[in-house]
Amino acid sequence: MRAVITVIGKDMVGILAKVSTECSNHNINVLEVTQSILQDMFAMIMMVDITKSDIPFTEFSDMLQKIGSDMGLSIHAMHEDIFNAMHTI
Amino acid sequence: MLNARDILETITMIQDEHLDVRTITMGISLLDCCHSDVDIMCQKVYDKITRYARDLVATGEQIEKEFGIPIINKRISVTPAAMILASCDNKDAVKLAKTLEKAAVACGVNFLGGFSALVQKGFGPGDRELIEAIPEALSVTDHICSSVNIGSTKTGINMDAVGLMGKVVRKSAELTADRDCIGPAKLVVFCNAPEDNPFMAGAFHGAGEPDCVINVGVSGPGVVRAALAKAGDCDLTAVADLIKKTAFKITRMGQLVASEASRRLGVPFGIVDLSLAPTPAIGDSVAYILEEMGLECCGCHGTTAALALLNDAVKKGGVMASSHVGGLSGAFIPVTEDAGMIHAARCGALSLNKLEAMTAVCSVGLDMINIPGDTPAEVISAIIADEAAIGMVNSKTTAVRVIPAIGKSVGDELSFGGLLGSGPVMPLSTYSPAKFINRGGRIPAPMQSLKN
Repeated sequence: MRAVITVIGKDMVGILAKVSTECSNHNINVLEVTQSILQDMFAMIMMVDITKSDIPFTEFSDMLQKIGSDMGLSIHAMHEDIFNAMHTI
Repeated sequence: MLNARDILETITMIQDEHLDVRTITMGISLLDCCHSDVDIMCQKVYDKITRYARDLVATGEQIEKEFGIPIINKRISVTPAAMILASCDNKDAVKLAKTLEKAAVACGVNFLGGFSALVQKGFGPGDRELIEAIPEALSVTDHICSSVNIGSTKTGINMDAVGLMGKVVRKSAELTADRDCIGPAKLVVFCNAPEDNPFMAGAFHGAGEPDCVINVGVSGPGVVRAALAKAGDCDLTAVADLIKKTAFKITRMGQLVASEASRRLGVPFGIVDLSLAPTPAIGDSVAYILEEMGLECCGCHGTTAALALLNDAVKKGGVMASSHVGGLSGAFIPVTEDAGMIHAARCGALSLNKLEAMTAVCSVGLDMINIPGDTPAEVISAIIADEAAIGMVNSKTTAVRVIPAIGKSVGDELSFGGLLGSGPVMPLSTYSPAKFINRGGRIPAPMQSLKN
């Protein structure tokens, strides 16, 4: 099962490090990372494999959200299917 | 492969444009709960609902978290209560309403619909008892929604029922006058009621439905408006195209949630209702879509045409995105639940006459409209009759949900809170239709040929 992590907010040092550390702590493999500056906002998108994760996905998602709010960023972890459903026929 | 633009578009839709799944509604048949003793029947009703819907709310919340999509309501719809009440010797409808309320609270759902009767051709056993109990049932419960179907294209309009419903709507308001007349906000009078509608207050589980089913209602007026705003100046062909594309995306999300909920609960998937359902939140308004199309204020001339385009494009876009579409499907125009409509009603741009015209092309009808507290029952019945006639002749669902604001007059406000919103009392014609309504009888079903 794959999930998409999105980080949106003001660019700062250590965003990628923080999120990927969290992934590795829970045995979540990062498959792909893209980042861009969109309308002056930093946007990072990570595709991760959560099949071997040691915690339930909802818990992981809560954890990332908390990290995000601590850093003043908006971080979402969402199931890949939602994007596939909406953007592919 | 997913691209960054698509991913960010989805995130923006959810975060900034109020995209959500409005409701997961579990339809439960109560036909096997019939019993001649009302107490035994109520026990069977309670047991069945709480057994079937035990995991509904938890499953909804889990899907919400995993997929990152807000699912605003988890609801239950049941077999029209009058059908099972018919089996009782003592037809105590209020007792049944209280049982439904208890079951709704036990399951943790937001609303339970189906305190309903279908009387489009006449009253069967239990129908009259149930309808007469509606005002009390709505005043002693918080989660129960009621609906009555009084007409259809195939049967015509039951004017005896229309006459009765005018009184029921008024009495419901009187009994809840101390709570901003919330009673009739939970009561819908239908013509051509759909049997698989997941939206309240008109949801019920039709007699032709399976034992248990999952129906999902999507929303997203804010997303459509934002897409139109981004498109800038383009002609109406392009506008319709853009609405179709957006409706497709919204509905795909609903379809995903529906099939996921159905799989996890082990209950068959019924339909996705691809409606644009507004909320009082700023930016989540159907009226603002019409204004984005180029109307200065919703309710001005041109509103009906703009709404017709919107309603049709939503259906065309949504139909391909879901394996089964049903319910009401289209654009809702509930006045007190829509920030743009509230504004238009307050400033006088939106009148009841214009709303009536709009209902000929929207998905439902006169919805959440506050009317003066001294409105006689016959006038409410006449509003219902007019609206039912539009539905009957045009082979579409129409409905009336008006709230007589007891003790208030034009310009005063009623506030219901939550998704039901608030809004001003709107003026009505003061001439009397009493003689017409009191004639009773039935308006015959219309011709289906010689269309003009």
